[in-house]
Amino acid sequence: MRQSEFLNVVMPFKDKLYRLAKRLLVSTEEAEDATQEILLKLWSKNEMIGSYKNVEAFAMTMTKNFCLDRLKSRQAGNLKLVHSNYGETGTPLQKQVEVKDSALWVQKIMVELPEQQKMVLQLRDVEEYDYDEIAEMLDMKPSTVRVALSRARKTVREKLMQKHSYGIG
Amino acid sequence: MELDNIEKLLEKYFEASTTVAEEEMLKVYFSQEKIPAHLEQYTPLFQYFSNAKKERFTKSVPLQPRKNYYKWISVAAVAVLAFGIYFGLDRHRDYQEQKEAEFVYQETRKALDLLAENFGRGTEKMAYLNQFEKTKQKIYNNN
Repeated sequence: MRQSEFLNVVMPFKDKLYRLAKRLLVSTEEAEDATQEILLKLWSKNEMIGSYKNVEAFAMTMTKNFCLDRLKSRQAGNLKLVHSNYGETGTPLQKQVEVKDSALWVQKIMVELPEQQKMVLQLRDVEEYDYDEIAEMLDMKPSTVRVALSRARKTVREKLMQKHSYGIG
Repeated sequence: MELDNIEKLLEKYFEASTTVAEEEMLKVYFSQEKIPAHLEQYTPLFQYFSNAKKERFTKSVPLQPRKNYYKWISVAAVAVLAFGIYFGLDRHRDYQEQKEAEFVYQETRKALDLLAENFGRGTEKMAYLNQFEKTKQKIYNNN
């Protein structure tokens, strides 16, 4: 597979990889590095890409595993980031995109979710994959995906209600 | 869309039994300006999801350089190898020739040595003949 073909395959979902990485790693720089790493890994296996039936799902699974490994080693190295204190520096795009401050609440709430629920919510509500695809990416059963998703959505709702009624960010 | 329908969809949404299309409907609904007060609390949620999808990966991926690098290294290696073999063979041939010449020289020398030795032996024998001649002269002179 030549470079241009590879890019044609990879371009449509590279943003999705990045967003999943960012959901898990929180920091923009780390997510960028992770995405770059994943794309290079994919490129190094480019002869085999034709044999995967779903490159996108495969790349998503790679991203998931890579980020979870990162998180694990970060914890082992006692370099744990306190996610809830993480202030988004905010690129111009994001400022423009986040019209309402309350959109940031959702982001902060999602940071506190368990990893699995984070991923399920990201893949379903942001990337709009169907259950079977998510199940394949995360190596779970579709029914488990559904349960995790429902749980995640309800948690987000609950916390959002609290913030909404008390008006604290 | 009727409020009734949206409320039902929301309920289904939190049970995770909505389809992607239905969730799309919710997102569209909550992206509009006028939301009834009792549903307003959900707006940040759906707006956040719609906006989160707009984030892009902008860093470039250095794919080609690494690949190119290896390719040129192999080209260089082949060139070096070809040169090496070419000149190496040449030198090897020279060396072979030199060895051959030396061998011929040694053989010739051996042959000449052999000749010289036998020649020497011949002259030695001639020395006896000389002695014989001297003695013969003595006898002649005495007589």
